[in-house]
Amino acid sequence: MSTLPAPPLSLPARPGAGQRLLQTLRELMARPSGAIGLLLVLLHVVIALASPWLATHDYKAVSAINILLPPDAKHWFGTDHLGRDVFTRTLMGGREAILVTAIATPLAVVWGGLLGIYLGLVGGRRDDVLMRVVDAFLSLPWILKMLLLIVIFGASTQVLVPTLAFFYGIPVIRIARAATHNVVARDFVLAARARGHDHFTIMRRELLPNVLDALMVEGAMRWSWMLLAFTSLSFLGFGVSPPTPDWGLMVADSRTYLPIAPWAGLYPILFLSTLIIGINLTADALAKTLGVDKAQKAPI
Amino acid sequence: MLKLILRRVALGALTIVLVSLIIFGAIEALPGDACTAVLQQDARGETLLNCQKELGLDRPATTRYAEWISGSLRGDFGMNAHRTKRISELVGDRVLNSLLLGACALAVGLPVAFLFGILAALRRDRALDLSVSSIAIAAMTIPEFVSATVLILVFSGWLGWLPGIVTTSASAPIKDFFPEIILPVVVLSMVMTAHILRTVRSSMLEVLDSDYVRMATLKGVPYRRMILVHVLPNALLPAINVVALTVAWLLGGVVVIETVFNYPGLGRLMVSAISDRDLALVQTVALIVASVYVIVNLSADVLTLLANPRLRTAATRAA
Repeated sequence: MSTLPAPPLSLPARPGAGQRLLQTLRELMARPSGAIGLLLVLLHVVIALASPWLATHDYKAVSAINILLPPDAKHWFGTDHLGRDVFTRTLMGGREAILVTAIATPLAVVWGGLLGIYLGLVGGRRDDVLMRVVDAFLSLPWILKMLLLIVIFGASTQVLVPTLAFFYGIPVIRIARAATHNVVARDFVLAARARGHDHFTIMRRELLPNVLDALMVEGAMRWSWMLLAFTSLSFLGFGVSPPTPDWGLMVADSRTYLPIAPWAGLYPILFLSTLIIGINLTADALAKTLGVDKAQKAPI
Repeated sequence: MLKLILRRVALGALTIVLVSLIIFGAIEALPGDACTAVLQQDARGETLLNCQKELGLDRPATTRYAEWISGSLRGDFGMNAHRTKRISELVGDRVLNSLLLGACALAVGLPVAFLFGILAALRRDRALDLSVSSIAIAAMTIPEFVSATVLILVFSGWLGWLPGIVTTSASAPIKDFFPEIILPVVVLSMVMTAHILRTVRSSMLEVLDSDYVRMATLKGVPYRRMILVHVLPNALLPAINVVALTVAWLLGGVVVIETVFNYPGLGRLMVSAISDRDLALVQTVALIVASVYVIVNLSADVLTLLANPRLRTAATRAA
């Protein structure tokens, strides 16, 4: 009886997390949509960070004699109905929105993702009960949920971040759970169960790496939904309070004067739209790069 | 089969009960109640107690919840917090107006969404597909207030073709809403069309990639016949669910559009109820919107079940 030769012990080294991220980034940049999208997003983030130094005027300086001036050498984007510089306000108008959503998005993806993976793994009664609650939450329009909390607790950053993170994490539960269902019956998960690993270890070592791609794409999409929610709330007058510059608020303020002074509203609209389009191009390219079927849902 | 449908219906009912508990619980958890909201700075001492007694707020929460639910089932939602109107009266016209807005948007959006969704899938990755898909993504993610503002500026401000806001009262007959309703319908159908179009496209692509379509091609089935007989029926079925989701979302999610255009629908009623802190009204509107959402989804589920032989047999086997 000859014994089988021992299998070679050295498996090809798995690329580290940093390396994989770089690789993904490189592939992303190779796509035109990814390159343009990423560039737009970066540009907006840089503008938001640097805007206090780029601004040419004081964002809250009101001037009665300079009302609704068209763009000229002094006021590059003109002035609004209170004589404030539109260029300065447009540059700074994304700061709150980007800051709040950039913190809330990862939070939403993490809590929704982890809970979704957990439910996908354990199934059974806990899964049934919690998914009912998820459905119940999803059947309430997002704006009602947001407005209620804002009316009670106010619209400060400390309220908006956890609120957005909570409500936008709920649909992530579904995505993560569905992605987990795709792998949970596979042999390597079964093997991990047979080895007697606990839920946490299985989630971390077997499931998370397989669900991560879907979560990243979902996160990018959620970011643009959140921006939509945030700016819509300010537009409705429930978000950022004046005189803080904010795109949604600027569009709302300038609506009455738009036919005579379109610059006061169109520049914030241009900035907001390019940011959102940038995020979506990036998300689209990311989904194609990672080979994830993008689950497009209504903005719940 | 019947068992399965009944199961779905029971789950839907359970969801509505859960929603009502969430709404009621959230409103209970708020600091203050209907009385403090209406009386504001006068809300102290005897005035507050009298008001609470009058509205029955001094009774335990379980009693009030039971009363609310049994009333709602009979279509009697009680009075609004300011005790000026019956809620059923306030809500009735608004529901109809929102339905009108939604129906018009669907009538415009559905044919466009299906036509271009199918065409984009058939011309995958060519110029038509790329342009249709990018327009759809833009229409879907650009906030409604942005597209509404731009459209109002162009068609009402610059060209003067259409009225930019709705001035008709909530209880006016349908014909009074034209032509004011056109711009809101355009904005709403843009968003909606984009969602449905993308689903139609991706479900078409999935079917076009399937083995049985490849088999049909190899067998020499003419292209036109293959698309009409083999691809379309199988690809369009899953779209029922998305149409349902979108329809349901229409009723509650059009808040921004209704506000921009001053349209007297359910969404704007909800916003004004929230800023007035009219909790009784908020509670009712939320329950109506959520119930519609659940019911529409449920109908779509059942419809899909009935129409899809594969699901039907799988369901019977499972049950």
